[in-house]
Amino acid sequence: MDFQDYKDIWVFIEEKDGVIAPVSLELLGAGRKLADKRASNLAGVLIGENVKNLASTIFEYGADIVYVYDQPIFKHYRTESFMKALLDCSNKYKPEIILYGATSTGKDLASAVATDLPTGLTADTTELDVEEETGLLLASRPAFGGNIMATILCKKYRPQMATVRAKVMKALTPVRGRMGKVIEENIALAEEDIRTKVLEIVKETTKKVRIDEADIIVAGGKGLGSAEGFQIIHRLAETLGGVVGASRDVVEAGWVPHAHQVGQAGVTVTPKIYFAIGISGAIQHIVGMKNSGLIIAINKDSEAPIFESCHYGIVGDAFEIVPILIEEFKNALTREEVSHVREV
Amino acid sequence: MHIVVCVKQVPDTKIIKINPKTNTLDRRSAPAILNPYDAHAVQEAVRLKSILGRGKISVLSMGPPQATEVIKKCIEIGADEGYLISDRAFAGADTLATSYALSKALEKIASVDPIDLVICGKHAIDGDTGQVGPGIARRLDIPPVTNVIEVSEVNSNDRTIVIKRKLSNGYELVQANMPCLLTVEKEINKIEYSPLSNMLKAARYKSHIWSVSDLGEVNITQLGLKGSPTVVGKMFTPPKLEGGKMLDGTSDEQVSQLMEVLLEQKELLNVK
Ligand SMILES: Cc1cc2nc3c(=O)[nH]c(=O)nc-3n(C[C@H](O)[C@H](O)[C@H](O)COP(=O)(O)OP(=O)(O)OC[C@H]3O[C@@H](n4cnc5c(N)ncnc54)[C@H](O)[C@@H]3O)c2cc1C
Ligand SMILES: Cc1cc2nc3c(=O)[nH]c(=O)nc-3n(C[C@H](O)[C@H](O)[C@H](O)COP(=O)(O)OP(=O)(O)OC[C@H]3O[C@@H](n4cnc5c(N)ncnc54)[C@H](O)[C@@H]3O)c2cc1C
Repeated sequence: MDFQDYKDIWVFIEEKDGVIAPVSLELLGAGRKLADKRASNLAGVLIGENVKNLASTIFEYGADIVYVYDQPIFKHYRTESFMKALLDCSNKYKPEIILYGATSTGKDLASAVATDLPTGLTADTTELDVEEETGLLLASRPAFGGNIMATILCKKYRPQMATVRAKVMKALTPVRGRMGKVIEENIALAEEDIRTKVLEIVKETTKKVRIDEADIIVAGGKGLGSAEGFQIIHRLAETLGGVVGASRDVVEAGWVPHAHQVGQAGVTVTPKIYFAIGISGAIQHIVGMKNSGLIIAINKDSEAPIFESCHYGIVGDAFEIVPILIEEFKNALTREEVSHVREV
Repeated sequence: MHIVVCVKQVPDTKIIKINPKTNTLDRRSAPAILNPYDAHAVQEAVRLKSILGRGKISVLSMGPPQATEVIKKCIEIGADEGYLISDRAFAGADTLATSYALSKALEKIASVDPIDLVICGKHAIDGDTGQVGPGIARRLDIPPVTNVIEVSEVNSNDRTIVIKRKLSNGYELVQANMPCLLTVEKEINKIEYSPLSNMLKAARYKSHIWSVSDLGEVNITQLGLKGSPTVVGKMFTPPKLEGGKMLDGTSDEQVSQLMEVLLEQKELLNVK
């Protein structure tokens, strides 16, 4: 394998109903940095039906090239059809690195592509860098156990591939009118070649908690002792108009459903305000919330690692601090309302 | 119908403790268990077999000799046969080498009794990549369907299966030709209590144990550490954040300092 033949940084662009997934835009931001360091191009790979028009957005977010497979067979995501398009593109143009969002689609596709190429695939990356000279991708992810990250390398194969967590990288501010080169591709694929069919897509209308969309998250940990103790988290969240988050240990204990779990095996969140109460601050939790705007930690152990990852820390007993906070807050709210009435 | 479920032995990360001084895993505290997602995968095979009224369930694991314990657990849930591939040559495998070794064992199992369906967990709670399932499917050249929350129909006549695949805002109904490979979410079923007869069978059960030489034609350069394109580079503790201003004083004083900070975000907090 001649590494010289492999260049450029690629991002698989995930699209649904004509909208690009936010994680793909974030990856264009991260990919741009890698491409600049390597003095190479950043390209997006866009696969779908009636998706061509999205190329301009991809350029605005930092790409130089967009490879497009716009064919009816790509109407729905299916592993086999998308994989064939991506393999076709990769074999033809030989990228040095391909990045995918660590979504169910991105992971599914990347795993299949990696097996066929074959090459190495780093999962759920939270930090990305590249060696300027060699092009070696440094993809880091929290390592099993402990507050430790591991950098995973793929030295002997190209392209190098990684799936990257949503909301960890930052999208660039789009530059309106920024242009690039569109390369349209076509692949001979018959419906009979694909062994799965999407019969129907059902959108769930029941309102589910989407903690990844909240501005304020009040997250509680095992330190609250019991499901009853955890109630103060619900009360504070309600008072502040936020939603409830939790560590994995809380979810495992059954105090709240999995949809509330923040972290590596849960959701990555970037609210404006994040409270971590009775949470020790294991790396698997931190990677899921460290980009929040304002992080406030309350823990009775002054040595708890969470204090290294917060903006403001209070050493104290949650059962003492939180009720005072709720009280103060209610007072502040009524004062606000009163002054508001006076202004009117 | 022959269903093979791939199962992994993992440390129980619920019980596992982290040594706060060294930031590393206290392995003594970690008993080995059946990967929780794989328990649901076996349970689903049991459910399908009972609905169809016939069939056979095999489980396959790669791991050290002690992994026969998780195979026993699967027999207890209702599996009929269990296979363990265990060899020094498999050690240090990344997901590419893992899917290769497992696919070779699946081929051997299929040569005696053709496989209609392979079921894996969505991910293993230790390595946590979710890459092995689709990898096996590619190597066997069968279609993968990941994130399955329901098996809605199995049509033995035209050899198709209809499943619900979880999406971020709902699900899709997918029809796949069999044989195919599914990876399942926990919500697919509830683990049922096992009948006493299963427990008795499990206690006495002896797994088939294969080494590399039992697997027929295998390219050893694709196994274990040697066959793994990914390697772990450096391990590091992430740099500490600067922020970390500690508030001090009594509880009341701390809260009032915090209130000052919070009230700077007034617009946000007023939206109720
Ligand atoms: C593969 C893998 C994936 C993982 N994924 C996740 C994930 O997605 N999300 C996640 O959160 N974890 C995850 N974990 C688990 C993680 O390593 C930790 O075990 C977990 O986050 C700890 O939860 P905790 O902080 O609630 O509990 P603990 O670590 O038990 O911490 C409790 C804290 O509460 C404090 N406390 C006790 N009493 C009080 C009180 N009265 N007032 C104030 N403070 C008090 C204690 O000082 C302590 O710091 C994962 C682990 C692995 C191996
Ligand atoms: C901290 C850490 C980070 C790692 N990062 C990477 C990485 O980025 N890329 C990479 O390629 N490898 C990585 N590995 C190696 C990887 O964990 C191993 O290859 C492991 O053998 C399989 O991956 P997994 O645990 O992620 O399984 P997953 O892919 O999460 O497992 C999914 C399903 O596959 C089946 N399965 C998995 N393993 C077995 C088995 N041994 N026997 C039977 N069935 C099985 C089960 O049904 C399971 O539910 C990492 C390992 C560690 C400890």
